[in-house]
Amino acid sequence: MALNTSQVTFDDVNVGDEIPALRKACTTQQLVMWAAASGDFYQIHYDPDFARGTGLDGIIVHGALKNAFLGQLLHDWIAPAGFLRRFGCQYRGMDYPNQEIVSRGIVTRKYEQDGQALVDLDIWTENAAGKKTTPGTATVMLPRR
Amino acid sequence: MPDSIVSAEMRDLIGREVDEGVAEVTTSGCRLFARAVGHTDPIFYDDDSARARGYRALVAPPGYLGTPVSPQNRGGMVPVPAPIAQLRIPYRRQLDGGTAYEYLEPVVAGDVVTSRSKITRFEERLGSIGPMLITYHETAYTRQDGTVVARMYGNVIHY
Repeated sequence: MALNTSQVTFDDVNVGDEIPALRKACTTQQLVMWAAASGDFYQIHYDPDFARGTGLDGIIVHGALKNAFLGQLLHDWIAPAGFLRRFGCQYRGMDYPNQEIVSRGIVTRKYEQDGQALVDLDIWTENAAGKKTTPGTATVMLPRR
Repeated sequence: MPDSIVSAEMRDLIGREVDEGVAEVTTSGCRLFARAVGHTDPIFYDDDSARARGYRALVAPPGYLGTPVSPQNRGGMVPVPAPIAQLRIPYRRQLDGGTAYEYLEPVVAGDVVTSRSKITRFEERLGSIGPMLITYHETAYTRQDGTVVARMYGNVIHY
């Protein structure tokens, strides 16, 4: 997805709105880059023999990388003037390299708190079969129109 | 449900803060993390773009809270916060159950962040993979000027 060119504002947003999806398919190279960037060198993410030795079908995508995809999903939606207050997810299902991972979000609440215009969302990644592998939630602060 | 494996000793650790050390939010660290995710916003790569958007410096992408300065590398296992690494748990396998980041301020290159972690709760469950222990933890990240800039909430599953 290209970065947002027009600012989304608090006034534009309605409960139930779906935000623009972010599509990824991790190469094994991307997983190695993530290992270096995050400091997570657990071998199930880059060593197929090691991964199979633990009972997995093969190497799997890091949960924290999928969480970072959700961070990008939200950042790209609220940029340039919004602020990502909170985001996170549970790692419920495995994702594998070279399979599509789609990050999605839907607005669940909009409200004001301490003078800030806030929006809550349900966020998740889904695998190629459409199964939600990382259900989560987020809160963003948006500018007004 | 089998007997609880949460000992009195383990319960005593709840709420006790453990120092996780210092991490530097570096320009290279921000760019490496942003590339690994596939970010396209120039504020994660270019200092001038970040400043033009009102930030103090190149911005740390969501989830990057610095590169530890310690020579230690807990690689080879799921990286877990120090209080959990100290636990003596009879289950041998371990999974990262989930993570959430809360930002109080933007984190930018040049920030030096000290983090402190604590266990907040234990939960025992009988899941499809057998009995499991879920340990909930929380980390606070404090910038060099004393401001808490972010918190991380997570859970680790032992089974």
